[in-house]
Amino acid sequence: MSQPTPPNSSPRLSPRQQRLQAWKDHHRASAHDSLLRLWRAPIQSLLTASVIAIALMLPAALWVALNNIQQLGEGWDASPKISVYLKPQMDTTAIDTLKTQLQNRPGIKHVEYVSPEQALASLNTMAGFGETLKGLNRNPLPPTLILTPIFNAVDVAQIQTITDDIAKQPIVDQVDLDMAWVRRLNQWLELGKQCAWGLAGLLSFGLLIVVGNTIRLGIENRRDEILIIKLVGGTNGFIRRPFLYAGAWYGLFGGVIASIALAISFLCLRSATAELAAAYQTDFILSGLGVLGSLVLIALSGLIGLCGAALAVGRHLGDVEPG
Amino acid sequence: MIEFQQVSKRYSSGFEALNGVNFHIQPREMVFLTGHSGAGKSTLMKLIMLMERPTSGQVIMAGQNLSKVRPSQIPYHRRHIGVVFQNHQLLFDRSVFHNVALPMQIAGFSEWDIGRRVRAALDKVGLLDKEKQNPINLSGGEQQRVGIARAVVNKPALLLADEPTGNLDPQLATEIMELFRQFASVGVTIMIASHDIALIRRMGLRVLGLEQGHLVYDGAL
Repeated sequence: MSQPTPPNSSPRLSPRQQRLQAWKDHHRASAHDSLLRLWRAPIQSLLTASVIAIALMLPAALWVALNNIQQLGEGWDASPKISVYLKPQMDTTAIDTLKTQLQNRPGIKHVEYVSPEQALASLNTMAGFGETLKGLNRNPLPPTLILTPIFNAVDVAQIQTITDDIAKQPIVDQVDLDMAWVRRLNQWLELGKQCAWGLAGLLSFGLLIVVGNTIRLGIENRRDEILIIKLVGGTNGFIRRPFLYAGAWYGLFGGVIASIALAISFLCLRSATAELAAAYQTDFILSGLGVLGSLVLIALSGLIGLCGAALAVGRHLGDVEPG
Repeated sequence: MIEFQQVSKRYSSGFEALNGVNFHIQPREMVFLTGHSGAGKSTLMKLIMLMERPTSGQVIMAGQNLSKVRPSQIPYHRRHIGVVFQNHQLLFDRSVFHNVALPMQIAGFSEWDIGRRVRAALDKVGLLDKEKQNPINLSGGEQQRVGIARAVVNKPALLLADEPTGNLDPQLATEIMELFRQFASVGVTIMIASHDIALIRRMGLRVLGLEQGHLVYDGAL
């Protein structure tokens, strides 16, 4: 009988080390074997991976689009203005005191006083207002302080704090924050992101079913092998392993396809948006998922594939029992 | 090695496969199990393999009461038993070597041990030169010998064979039986289910005869 030359493993390992080595060997063999099986059925594997990719691209694209809109909002140059309407017939010293006080406040860049007369004059110049104002017997406009905060438009909470503070001043009648649109934009973005998450959750569930069904078919195809393995003493873990790897591979490949497709789509859109941005004189650049984002997408996809396989194996392996 | 104590098995369909069966097989013994189809031969072997559980009575193997073996422990129990099937149950997606290696891979042996013992087992059944072939290209007798090599590669204490010569001509069947006799001589307990009475007579070994679930004969034919 020919004696085989010992490969990498030495026969002098303790039984415990030997079992650990065998366990690692089987993991490697399962990963390799399941990959080879995917490779041998390229059309079917590609179809499954593509279905996974499409399901991943929808929420990922939505997420990236929303991030871009948010970035656009952050880049908005004009800070919001806060109009502080004072009580009428206030004497100028009180107004000056408040103006100085506000100017020294951190967070405020600039304070401008607009007297009722100035406001009336500027209103008169606007088309259509002149005739209306002539019908009034007195100037109805209050003295006003226009504040420019240093925060930009998305720091809604900080601007709100300043506004609430100023409203408590005794000579202040009303504070008007011209930033409802900022708040609304943020609310829309928040809603959009929640939708993206919801969509991602729903489609992940779909992915579990897609991967689970593919693995179920794999179990059916390898029924004889599973029966023999069970008869010669294979544990459920041993039988499960190659199927779990197969699920993870499907997920990873789907994630890679989705990342590449998204990168190409955003690259194509980039020149178009750059032209548009130039027309609006902004330096906005469309950003894609990025390397880190793509890696996260691929990892999540692999995890979903693994979970789908685990569900299918848990449900269907018990059906394959010798006897 | 194996002891059946008042073992009965009734399937959920109501079919009574075994009824109050008692016997005791000593270590290193080689016995035949005979009877018509449906007499309970397969059920008896399934009880030893823990593919089924008895409705009543006890099955004891190597001093262990099998009713105490929890489901999670069944794979480890089966590693002490080598099984040979009538239809060989080989996998045609891998070589002869890897078919025989399967029980050892499952039991977690090193590559080195696997290579050594698989070749020893194939040498024993006279198929060492066919290790790289796909079993689908082998004859029926050769496939059965691959099945036997797989059953003994783990050095099991007990070898169960269910109609191992069912599809073979008399000369091949005798060769297979001689192979079993050699394993028994090195300490393996062997139970062979067969209804080839002529062959059983020639071997002159202990025979357990089953009829409608009852043990009706125990001794040499």
